[in-house]
Amino acid sequence: MASRIALKDAQREQNIYGARTLLAMLVVFSLLLVLVARYYTLQIRDYETYSTASERNRVQLQPLPPKRGLIFDRNGVLLADNRPSYTLALIIERVEELDATLASLRELVVIEASEVEKFRERAARRRPYEHVPLRFRLNDKEQARIAVNRHRLPGVVVDAQLQRHYPHGATFAHALGYVGRINEQEAQEIDGADYRGTFHIGKIGIEKRYESVLHGEVGYQTVETDAHGRVLRVLERFDPQPGEDLVLHLDYELQRTAHNALAGRRGAVVAIDPLTGGVLAMVSTPSFDSNLFVNGISNRDYSALRDSLDVPLFNRTVQGQYPPGSTVKPMMALAGLTEGLIDEEFTVPDPGWYRLPGDRRRYRDWILRIRGTGHAPHVNLNMAIAESCDVYFYDLARRMTIDTMHDYLARFGLGGPSGIDTTAERRGVLPSTAWKRSALGQPWYPGETLSAGIGQGYMLTTPLQLAVATSVLATRGEFHEPLLVQWLGQERQSGALRDAVVADSGHWDAVIEGMRAVVHGKRGTARAISRNMTYEMASKTGTAQVIGIAQDAVYDEDAIDERHRNHGLFIAFAPIEAPTIAVAVIVENGGGSSAAYPIARTVIDNWLLGRAG
Amino acid sequence: MAEYVRQMPETVGSLTGSRSSATRFNIDLPLLFLLLLLTAYGMFVLYSASGKDGTAVLRQGRFFIVGYLVMFAAAQVGPMRWSRWSPWAYLFGVALLVAVALFGVGAKGAQRWLNLGGFRFQPSEVMKLAVPMTIAWYLGQRILPPRPRYIVACLLLIAIPCGLILRQPDLGTSLLIAASGLFGVFMAGIGWRFIVGSLMVTVASAWPAWMFLLEDYQKQRILTMFSPESDKLGAGWNIIQSKTAIGSGGWSGKGWTDGTQSQLDFLPESHTDFIIAVLAEEFGLRGVLVLLAIYVLILLRAFLIGLHAKSSYGRILSGSIALTFFVYIFVNMGMVAGLLPVVGVPLPLVSAGGTSVVTLMAGFGLLMAVSAEKRVVDQ
Repeated sequence: MASRIALKDAQREQNIYGARTLLAMLVVFSLLLVLVARYYTLQIRDYETYSTASERNRVQLQPLPPKRGLIFDRNGVLLADNRPSYTLALIIERVEELDATLASLRELVVIEASEVEKFRERAARRRPYEHVPLRFRLNDKEQARIAVNRHRLPGVVVDAQLQRHYPHGATFAHALGYVGRINEQEAQEIDGADYRGTFHIGKIGIEKRYESVLHGEVGYQTVETDAHGRVLRVLERFDPQPGEDLVLHLDYELQRTAHNALAGRRGAVVAIDPLTGGVLAMVSTPSFDSNLFVNGISNRDYSALRDSLDVPLFNRTVQGQYPPGSTVKPMMALAGLTEGLIDEEFTVPDPGWYRLPGDRRRYRDWILRIRGTGHAPHVNLNMAIAESCDVYFYDLARRMTIDTMHDYLARFGLGGPSGIDTTAERRGVLPSTAWKRSALGQPWYPGETLSAGIGQGYMLTTPLQLAVATSVLATRGEFHEPLLVQWLGQERQSGALRDAVVADSGHWDAVIEGMRAVVHGKRGTARAISRNMTYEMASKTGTAQVIGIAQDAVYDEDAIDERHRNHGLFIAFAPIEAPTIAVAVIVENGGGSSAAYPIARTVIDNWLLGRAG
Repeated sequence: MAEYVRQMPETVGSLTGSRSSATRFNIDLPLLFLLLLLTAYGMFVLYSASGKDGTAVLRQGRFFIVGYLVMFAAAQVGPMRWSRWSPWAYLFGVALLVAVALFGVGAKGAQRWLNLGGFRFQPSEVMKLAVPMTIAWYLGQRILPPRPRYIVACLLLIAIPCGLILRQPDLGTSLLIAASGLFGVFMAGIGWRFIVGSLMVTVASAWPAWMFLLEDYQKQRILTMFSPESDKLGAGWNIIQSKTAIGSGGWSGKGWTDGTQSQLDFLPESHTDFIIAVLAEEFGLRGVLVLLAIYVLILLRAFLIGLHAKSSYGRILSGSIALTFFVYIFVNMGMVAGLLPVVGVPLPLVSAGGTSVVTLMAGFGLLMAVSAEKRVVDQ
């Protein structure tokens, strides 16, 4: 009751209220200070940070990938171009639920599990807001299906890009190489900035060797985007510089002819213009469709190529190493003439075999198996080349010694890189005493010199090396390094000139006359192709043993597994008086050179005569 | 009393000309002037924040007109009458909250609205004024400082509507209403032991509240506030983008309608709860300080009205309205700047939206009524 009756003390309440107001204002002002401090921190102290973040938000630097340089043959036939290709990609930051989106997309278009796997790998190392490709080469129907469903698939985009295409896939696969998607290792090696927006890189061949010029220079545009990634306007643009176009020495017609001539066989053809070293044809069979590799070959396709016994991925022209067999004989002859070990009149008695002094072992001539005797009682240089007399060259090799032989053959480019502008070239083996000591840790045996003299034993050459050597013979000693690219943009390319092989012109005449007789002589080993030939060619047959033949055993073609048959080789240049083409042909397990020389004739015919039709 | 009499001639002398009509309609001219300044500034920002959408500004303008009319109407009623109406307003509000719980319509998992023939109405808005009014009414008749049992009664009065709102669930509004009631109790002169004790209880109950009371989404908001980077594209997006907007404004801002964060849609809710980020981005810290200055002047005016109020009711009500107003400012600006968790609190009289405008203006109408009572008595 007392409290009810007690009067409100207005003054006291006022005072209390005043004090509380003061206190409240104090709290209010200190909290206001907190706010001001907070905004000061954000807007003044951390201004730079947030300003940058805001710019990054708003302005996106978009790479403009350059157009990859085109590749043409010597006559302007397009060998590698760029075609628009549509890629299904995801912007993962904008996808609501990745797994659900992937599942929906797989209902719309065919996406293999391996593609999803690769996509996840790419997604793991993407940049924020990058378009991560999922499926390449969408066809029109697939594009339409995605377009219709895009509204319910946020973050899904279809990107149009120019993509490498090889109109003549298999015919030029080994000559050109191919591009493929940049893998992790390459991503580390290349300058990332140059390749922003580019997904492909030359993997092998010309495409790899000339990557830096074919690629071009990336351009940029800065665009303003909203929070949904829509481009509102372009702020700045630096156009990309397209890659340089390449014009090759390769001749489309010749390449196709050689490819067809080798059809169904394992082998290689290399044709060179002796005057420039330009490679006119470079064929390795079996081949493959290089377009398969552009977007990552499927596992099934790749296993098929990799596991094939015919090794289609193997570029026999530069990677295949075969004993040159008798194709070294013209070079041996020139060496012998130059060294004064033989002359045109010099003869060797030929019973069909040869024996080192003080050694009972017989080194047989190939003719022994056929005729049971030698080529002739006495064999001279011309016969020795035309008929490919082994005994003659056994004798020459013995007297020349292996190291002299090595020096001469090396001048023709055997046993070393040719300098060609492609990748993966092997050097072959040109044996010498020093080589054997370092490679095998063994001394050189005299008998091995005889094998080397007919291009057998340790000696290994690539078809390209043989073609280059043939070209050197054709020009009587001029040595142009082989070159695939003729024009790089506006710049004419020329192969380096190596030291010429110097010899008396009479010696050249003798050797080339011998080579002429191979086809045009009555007993030439390749006389079978002389029929209806309207020009003259200089050539040499060769046979490379695949399995060693025991001392007294006889090589019987029919009894031998196909893959153990001898390789057939043939080198030739034509026309003799003014050569415009030098060719090396190898047919693996062809049995002998007879498998190879018709191919060479077809190729040379096409080059010299074929244009009319 | 002597104090007021002494002050009168000074204020009257400078404003005599316009005073007469303003006085007749119980309008507190300084407060009106500040509010007009604030709403004009707000509409300016809103035009930019809504993507240069004139209709959005017009709609907000209509809300303001309604707001000013409500304020004007509220100012015409004397504080004594308001005091008598307070408990009825309170009972009405509680009844509406019960109705919401029973028949309310929901959105986004929360049931907060009553559907009144196509017009959606959020009864918790009523309580934002009804609670402080009721506290002022209840304590205004007591001898102050209030005895403990009155305080307990006040806490009950506060707890009932807050509990109902918390159930909707709407933690933010519930806390704001609780605060507005407690401010009344505080201004009435509650003892220090109570204040300190309740603070300790609050701190001690934080853990059980976290464990049992808060919903997952509420916890998420609090967690996100502490580390927005942990969920850059999810819940953290809003905070990162608003901080970026504010920070990139710098001292002088990017210019009106030139804020890239807001114009390019990076900023979420840019015209409602996050509008301060637009202001900060486009007008810079300078613009933020101008806004704060207007707010501070309004606060000072409100405190002054409270200090000069004739009745306990007027005093307590003015104090709690002023403090609640400040809490809105602080919570909104704090949350957008990443100081506080994101709760749905608009920036007073700047954020787009009609309900809060009407409530706030009604509050200022009450302030004007209190202010007028003083003058009536003085004259």
